Formats: sequence, structure tokens, C-alpha cells
Amino acid sequence: LAELLFWPALLLYGEAAVGYLGEARRPGPLGRAATWGVRLGWVVQTALLGVQAARDDGFPWATWAGSLNLFVWLVVGAYLIWGCRPSYRLLGLAVMPLAVSLLVVARAGGGTGIGAKSNYSNLFLVLHVGLVLAAFAGFTLAAALSALYLWQERRLKQRVTTILRRPAPSLTTLDRLAARTVLASLPALTLGIGVGVARLVDRGDRVDALVVATIVTWSVWASYLVLRATGWSGRRAAYVALAGFVLVIVVRLALPATHFA
Amino acid sequence: MNHLILVGTSHHHAPVELRERVALDGEQARALSARLGEAVCLSTCNRTELYVESAHAEEAERLAVEALAGVEPALYRLRDEAAALHLFRVAAGLDSLVPGEGEILGQVRAAYESGTPGALLDRVFRHALHAGRKVRAQTAIGESPASVSSAAAALAEQVFGALDGRTVLLLGAGKVSEGAARNLRSRGATIALAANSKTDRSEIERQLPSVDVVVSSTSSQGIVLDAATVARARRGRPLLLVDLAVPRDLDPAIHELDGCYLYDIDDLEAIVAETLSGRRSEAERAEAIVAAEAEKFHEWQASLEIVPAIASLRARAESIREAELRKAEGMLGRLDDAERRAVESITSQIVNKLLHLPTVRLKQAAAAADGVVYAEAVRHLFGLGEDER
Repeated sequence: LAELLFWPALLLYGEAAVGYLGEARRPGPLGRAATWGVRLGWVVQTALLGVQAARDDGFPWATWAGSLNLFVWLVVGAYLIWGCRPSYRLLGLAVMPLAVSLLVVARAGGGTGIGAKSNYSNLFLVLHVGLVLAAFAGFTLAAALSALYLWQERRLKQRVTTILRRPAPSLTTLDRLAARTVLASLPALTLGIGVGVARLVDRGDRVDALVVATIVTWSVWASYLVLRATGWSGRRAAYVALAGFVLVIVVRLALPATHFA
Repeated sequence: MNHLILVGTSHHHAPVELRERVALDGEQARALSARLGEAVCLSTCNRTELYVESAHAEEAERLAVEALAGVEPALYRLRDEAAALHLFRVAAGLDSLVPGEGEILGQVRAAYESGTPGALLDRVFRHALHAGRKVRAQTAIGESPASVSSAAAALAEQVFGALDGRTVLLLGAGKVSEGAARNLRSRGATIALAANSKTDRSEIERQLPSVDVVVSSTSSQGIVLDAATVARARRGRPLLLVDLAVPRDLDPAIHELDGCYLYDIDDLEAIVAETLSGRRSEAERAEAIVAAEAEKFHEWQASLEIVPAIASLRARAESIREAELRKAEGMLGRLDDAERRAVESITSQIVNKLLHLPTVRLKQAAAAADGVVYAEAVRHLFGLGEDER
């Protein structure tokens, strides 16, 4: 059943990615179709996760690939909060191709199948993996909002004549939403790291590269909030958010093996 | 049968000197509608049109032309389908000076509500309002600004979102800048200071750190606001500056400052030209919607001609059925109630099945041009109406 659910989810996310590309070229029906693709794809992926959880009787996303599957679901879910509004459809152009790519990688690594139950306790996995992934999903969305900010700001600076034919969310709205998303995500990451470090100390395990990179990522996003409090906003804040996102990708994709072993 | 008659003039046919001769205010339009009988008067700054419903088209048209005396050479006269299609295009904003402008739909509604429409006019105006709403909902024809002043306000929304609570600094006064200020105010912004040549410069510099939009249109021959002053006041906070003056008032280097977006009159006119070209491409889609709605209206109107023929045919068939059952009363008298009901049901079904296809075909024919011919043929073949004669 998990196999049956993976393909429609991937196809619907793929349709959404293509639809948003069409929406960027000519706003209209393709954008609406893309939004429905995201909605239905997310519902199907929710069912896929449900089947995985039911079959494994617990938290089956503790593997690197499994956590990627959950990460995609969280990112798309967070995007859906705004993505259904027409002016935010362009945000989908940043989010959905990433979601499709990561879902394919998750499947290639066996993260969409059955039988990946971890030896760790469900409570630890929910608190550690769940919170860290939820925070990373929030950071991904904040980075997408920041990318949209930079695109919109560039249009205003270049005095693009089509700017009113293809309206996007205003600069201040994008800036504010990105900051709020980070503000909500950072406590989740803090708690997730705290739970992981507590267990690390308790078991006397070694700090690996992923832990270090995650703490650096936390530092960058914390700096983002501190800098905003001191008056940084707009373009400079958007660049910091994109830098933070690069670290999220490094943590999610480049440093998997030892930590998940 | 009643006809729809339209007599009117618009910006396409008459300059303002002629149009103002037949311009009507609300009360005059109401009075003229009442005087013409079943009529609606639509009078805006771009058009005065009289829509009249009458069985005597020639006479109604003559009266309408008389009512618009003084501009006869510039009048157009349309009837029935052509008049309805024209009204649909007007309501959709497709006949407006700026394609897709939204005000006309409200003006059509107001004219309809203050008129004295009969059944046909009532239907055509309600259908036109529906077509106008549909065009706005399904196309982007009315979404983009069509003037420099509204483009300035729309740009402010691109920077700040909703303009509620945002403040504006006006430098100088002029028709376009007043229009921009009006547009900004209508979207929730407030004017913090309207400065003129007598305003102390320190007052302008005092307001500069707190405002969100600067609109400038002074007659100064030099720069009124330089980049260094703005940089000191803003420190990276977003600011939209609209320079409507020629020669320009605002230092072009302001645009290079972080968070500052400076648009001059050429930039705004280029944006308006682009949005208007977008409106024209959307107008093609809007025309298709209007044509489809006009076709629906035509089908409804045509069905009015065929419905009496269908009703007569069915009544005739029913009367024959009942008469034949009465003739067979002697034989049917031996039937019990259940058997009698079965006979009633069977004979009704036979009649209905026989008439089903002719009814469908008649309705289809009504939508085509030969609906009246079909109706007449049915009356002749079945002798409908001959009993009365």
C-alpha cells in the first residue's frame, strides 16, 4: 500500500511544480491546478506516512531517508498554510521542486517503505527527530519567503514594467512572515537539539559532525533573530535566511551516515 | 412580441461637447425612464443610452431619439440581440474608454434600479450585470491600474501591503499628484504633510523619517530632496518615492539606497502602458464570455416564441386523450379503479412519449433563427388555435 501511495503523491507534487512554473509564465488555471496538486499530494503523503506508522507500530522515520520523507511532508504542510492564496503561488515555485527532489531521494534511500522501525523509544524520536525536522521545515519555508522577497525587491529596484501584472506579496509582508516563521521554528530546534544532547550525555556517546553542523545552523538562525531585533531587516535579513537554509540542506543531505547509523 | 430598442451615444461617437448636451443626472434619468414607459436610462460621463421595451419598435425608437434631441448625427440605434450584446459589453467594461474599468458595472446597476423595466428589460439588465460580474471574476481585465496615479498607489501596496496606517508626504501640488494622494487615501493611507513652496524645509526633514511614501510634483527647477538627506532619515527602512515632476524633484541616486524605491513619471507611464496592454489581451477572453452570455440570453428570448406553441400542442393532445377516454366510458365502466388508473397512466405515457421528441426539437429550433417558422408549422399541422377562431 505504501508503494501505491508514493507514486500518486510524487505525481501530484510534480504536477504542482510544473503548474507553478506555468503560473510564473502566465498566471491563471495552471496555478490553480498546482495548488490542488499540492493539497491532494499532501493528503496522499499523509496517508503514506499513516500506513508506515501503522505497519511499523511506532515512529518509522528515524532513518536518514525516512526522516527525509517526513521532512518533505512537514515542508509541504507548512507551505500549505500560505500557498493556497493566489499571491503566494510563486512561493510554490521555490518549495515544490525541492519537495519533489527530496521525495525522490527519500524513496531511493528506502524512506518511503515499510520496516524501518528504530530501536530508539518513540518518545525520544518524536521529540528529537520530529522537533528538529519541524524546525527545519519552518526554516525551509522562511528561506523560500526570503527568496521571494529578494525576487520582488529586485523587480522593484529594476522597475520591471510587468510588476503590477504579476503581483506578489508585498515586501513588508514577506519580511514579517519569514521572521515569524523563524521565531516559531527556532524554539522547536532548540528543544530538539536539547533532547538529543541530553541523550548523548546520558549514554556517553561522541559528538559527530551532524550534531556540530546542527548547532552551527541553530546559531545562524538565532543570529537572524538577534540581528532583526537590532534593526536588520529586508534584503540583509533575507541573505542571512538563505545562508541558514544552505546549512539546513547540508545537515539534511550532506552529513547523514554516522548520525543515523 | 416585445422588442428591445437602444438609442444612445458614447465617447466612440461624440466628443464631450455633444455628450454633455444629453447628459442626465439621476433624477432626470429616472423621470425620462418613466416618461418612455418600460425603459432604463444609462447616463455616465462617457455615454447616454436609452433602453426601451416595446411591441412597437418604430414608435419607441422615434420617442427615444426625440428624447436625445440635439445629437442625432452621433446617435446609434440597435435592436433586440444587437442591443442586448451592446449592453453586455458595456456592463463588462469592454466598451469603456479604459477597457475593463470597474465603475461602469455599478453605473449599469444604478440605472437598472432607477429605471422602469418591463419583463424583457428586467431580464436583459440582470443578465448583463451577471455577465459583467463574470468577466471580472474570470479574467484579470480590471485588476491592474489604468492611470499613473493608481499605478503609484498599487506600487505602494507592492512594498507595504495594505496601506492602512501608512503615511504619505506630499511635496507640491498638481492634478496627477492629487490623484495619487486620493488613490493612496482610498486604500487606507493618511497624508502626514502636504508641503508647498511656503513650507519650512525643516518640517519636511522632520517628517521624512516616519513617512512611508513620498509623492513629489513641485515646479522647482532643481532637486528638492537629495540622496544624502534620505539616507540620513531612513537608515534602510523601506520608502517608496514617486516623482511626478518635470524637471524631476528627487535625486535619482535615492533609488540606489537600501530600502528606497524611486519611480519617476516615465517609469509609471511605462508600467501603465504595460498593464493596459495586459488589459487588452484579457479583453479577448472577456469578449468570449460576453458572447456566450449573449447567446444564452438569445436562447431564452427565442424560447419565449416557442413556449406558447409547445403549451398549445400539449393541451391539444391532453384534450384528445381525455375525450377519447370519455368516448370509451361504456367499456371502461366495467373496469375496477386499479385497472382504470392503469389505463389513465398508459394513455398519458403514450401522449408524453409521442410529444417528447417534438418538444425537444422545437426548443432546439427556438435557439436557431427558424424558431418562429417551426412554431407556425406546429400550429398549422395540429390546428392549434383554430377552435378559438
